[in-house]
Amino acid sequence: MSRESVINWIVLAGLVAVPLWAHLSDEPFTITLATRAVILALAAVGLNIALGIGGLVSLGHAAFFGIGGYTMGILAHHAQTYTPVMEWPLLIEGTKSMPVIWGLSILFSALAAFLIGLLSLRTSGVYFIMITLAFGQMFYYFAISWAEYGGEDGLSIYVRNGFPGVNTLVPIQFYGLCLVALLIVLGFNAALARAPFGLALGAARQVPARVRAVGLDPYRLQLLAFTLSGAITGLAGALFADLNRFVSPTMFSWQLSGELIVFIIIGGVARLFGPVIGAVLFVVLEHWLGGLSDYWHIYLGLMLLGIVLFGRGGVIGMVAGRERSHD
Amino acid sequence: MSGLLSLESVTARYGASQALFGVSFEIAEGEVVSLMGRNGMGKTTTVKCICRMIPSGGLIRFAGQDLSRLPSQRVARLGVGLVPEGRRCFRDLTVRENLIAAARQGPWTLESVAALFPRLGERSDQIAASLSGGEQQMLAIGRALMVNPRLLILDEATEGLAPLVRQEIWQSVGRLKRETGMAILIIDKSLRELRSVADRGVILARGRDVWTGPMHALNADIASAHLGV
Repeated sequence: MSRESVINWIVLAGLVAVPLWAHLSDEPFTITLATRAVILALAAVGLNIALGIGGLVSLGHAAFFGIGGYTMGILAHHAQTYTPVMEWPLLIEGTKSMPVIWGLSILFSALAAFLIGLLSLRTSGVYFIMITLAFGQMFYYFAISWAEYGGEDGLSIYVRNGFPGVNTLVPIQFYGLCLVALLIVLGFNAALARAPFGLALGAARQVPARVRAVGLDPYRLQLLAFTLSGAITGLAGALFADLNRFVSPTMFSWQLSGELIVFIIIGGVARLFGPVIGAVLFVVLEHWLGGLSDYWHIYLGLMLLGIVLFGRGGVIGMVAGRERSHD
Repeated sequence: MSGLLSLESVTARYGASQALFGVSFEIAEGEVVSLMGRNGMGKTTTVKCICRMIPSGGLIRFAGQDLSRLPSQRVARLGVGLVPEGRRCFRDLTVRENLIAAARQGPWTLESVAALFPRLGERSDQIAASLSGGEQQMLAIGRALMVNPRLLILDEATEGLAPLVRQEIWQSVGRLKRETGMAILIIDKSLRELRSVADRGVILARGRDVWTGPMHALNADIASAHLGV
């Protein structure tokens, strides 16, 4: 077993053991922190398909996180106020069912990612970063001005949505749901990275002309990757909204897009568990350093600086060594 | 003559400087054609035009289709397999991954590529960047074959390789010719080897085709006039 997979197993064991310990010793807040870490990890794992394998530095992934969140918020809001989402041309009711909300969150964020990708992927490099940022900000300002759904104040959902057979109000059970979602997506990513699609996507990052020479279209590969990536981040947004029982325009903020990138860089770009380690460290530091100082971001910044300058494979790269180069 | 590939008065330019002034030749199904000429005469440029990696004037047809409006990935899918100059494998991928990333339906599979190049089969889990030059060249050929082309283009496939490795590559080109009947367009400096494997030759000079004929008709006068050998 490679050192990287040893690290992955340790992280996985921690993700199971720590919340279980917290549950048994009656520390619900630790479970909430762990849930937050797992959900942010899921969002960053989604981004890692585009950024890590595809080399597409998207500074607009908060758009998909927010779309997932607002899909949940709007559906649950209508369900709790007993009003229809839409009456014409067809009647659409709100819902409190997680499976339905998740499905729709994935669908809408995938659709948005497809449309944004369709335009953004015609550019590359710094222009791609800027155009995705612009799309993200478009959604942000739209949400702020969307008075029907709380505008700047956002939407509160009083009771967490339901999942068949699970009591989502019990922290450890909701955590379990989130962890399973993360594991399924990680499994999907692992398979994707080894499939011809993932290999060709990685090759397109390095030498697009060679990929064309074997009959593949880099634009199509990247568009599919961007769509999948957005869909997963959208699912994370729906879970995040359910964790907080609250959605607001900050879910669309570009700072969040930046944080997702930071998670990936801390953990290790294009490493399967890179975003997971990054998100866990971020949440732990946020909680721990945040308790010591209001300016904890300075320390996070220093740490990021250190990792970028001295350990270009992120935490995993520093421990496991560089198996493959990612420039 | 109904060729698999035909070029008619193909022109190309890099910015202000014109590189091809009118190149015409044909390749029939199953034919091995060598494209010759001194350095800078337009051989690689001609290949780039065929593969639509640079825009060109004139007419290029492959299997009855006009290539001039197609993006380069469509040309590859029609059946033009390019082994580019300088090898250019996907450096970060393993041998196996290089091959399956390119795979398309057809007779060429991981097994048949490994049968042609046993060394690739032995190193299937090795990262491409860590292979020797000759092995990378074999991988580049294998990758082009995985696309299951009707025409294989080899651009300087033996350049910079040790004599023994060159021999191995020439042997496999010979096997491809005998066993598959695939059309092959070869650019190479070694006239002796080209004579043994190619059916016909085309010589380029200053962006024009100046001689076309069967390889046995390429006499010393023509060679010294256009190739400097």
